[in-house]
Amino acid sequence: MRETKQAMPPTTAYRRPAAGTQPDYLFPRYASTVKRAPTQPLVMLPQTETELTGPVFGYGELRRGDNDLTRQHAGDPIGERIIVSGRVLDENGRPMPNTLVEIWQANSAGRYPHRVDQHDAPTDPNFTGCGRALTDKRGHYRFVTIRPGEYPWRNHYNAWRPAHIHFSLFGQAFVQRLVTQMYFPGDPLLDEDPMYNCVPDERARKRLISSLDWETTIPEFALGYRFDIVLRGPEETPMERGVQTE
Amino acid sequence: MSLHATTSQTVGPYLHIGLTWLITEKLAPAGVPGQRISIEGRVLDGEGKPVDDALVEIWQADSRGKYGGKRFRGFGRSATDRNGAFRFHTIKPGRVIGPAGKPQAPHIGVQVFMRGQLKQLFSRIYFPGEPSNAQDPVLARVPAARRATLIAQKKRGKAGTLEWNVILQGRNETVFFDL
Repeated sequence: MRETKQAMPPTTAYRRPAAGTQPDYLFPRYASTVKRAPTQPLVMLPQTETELTGPVFGYGELRRGDNDLTRQHAGDPIGERIIVSGRVLDENGRPMPNTLVEIWQANSAGRYPHRVDQHDAPTDPNFTGCGRALTDKRGHYRFVTIRPGEYPWRNHYNAWRPAHIHFSLFGQAFVQRLVTQMYFPGDPLLDEDPMYNCVPDERARKRLISSLDWETTIPEFALGYRFDIVLRGPEETPMERGVQTE
Repeated sequence: MSLHATTSQTVGPYLHIGLTWLITEKLAPAGVPGQRISIEGRVLDGEGKPVDDALVEIWQADSRGKYGGKRFRGFGRSATDRNGAFRFHTIKPGRVIGPAGKPQAPHIGVQVFMRGQLKQLFSRIYFPGEPSNAQDPVLARVPAARRATLIAQKKRGKAGTLEWNVILQGRNETVFFDL
């Protein structure tokens, strides 16, 4: 395992979320939160070195092709090939280099190869739906995959999840850890989806929707979708301003 | 430039597909100095039922209280089984500096992800019989009656093994932090 240099942790705390941009634990529209959300008040914790540092992952842990979900098996997966890419930044606009990005998703028929998924749609022997990548120096990541299908779930009558890709990111600090989902532009299921509608801030919701990206689209090969991800950033002090990396 | 952090979303029920490749239940390779310990626990929901689709991640210092060492990364990830159980085999961390330069009691940072949670839970594991717990600046912020939920207990008949559970709701609800 190759170790990479740990960036110095900031000495200031990471910002708290802006109102309406992060979900509450209890959100009854998403029924499973009812028995799983804490009922006691959270305890405010000062951010110490434990919270301001975090694990570093090296290229040694990733294999070639981990970021191409269409080439992990003997044949080509069924479905529309797409390129999903973007940048990982912090709230101060600084790129987050060398950050581990893990993704997972359903196949083009809306089926996961998972014992819990009983949806009557075909599995695809050529698609597992799991990928990972490290961001480059400028915070860029890129995946080749297929467009995931929508699928039903049992949250409420006639409930369907919009097409989505799950994302997991580490950043550089324990408090920057983020798990989110990327959606596709123009999906009519978004309006009815409890997950997508879990925060009141409409602009925050819309940032979960990727955009069609001509720059990364490869002619006669695959459409590109861009999804930029922002992790929590340190409170800026006057001294820190002006040392932006770009 | 001022941006807002991307909205958190649940890991959902199929988290294993994307996240089990990095399961790390043995954190300390042979030769890493420190007192060897195992931590075992369960994640239980508001009805006391095991949560069989949770992911527990830990982040800890080495035995000298340093983070991110070459031989001991300090990161662990365990997915709960049918009984809601997770486990880690690691070393007891040293003391780490806290607010105002005062040392904290030995502790392990915890994040828990699961279906039914739109964002992760943050908690901490502290150690039983540790005199420094009484001066720990974080434990001091926790209502006294709830502090015990953060302190692992020695497991009877299993030397070196500690038990620490994630109780999501109810009488012994684990203390979760707002970071």
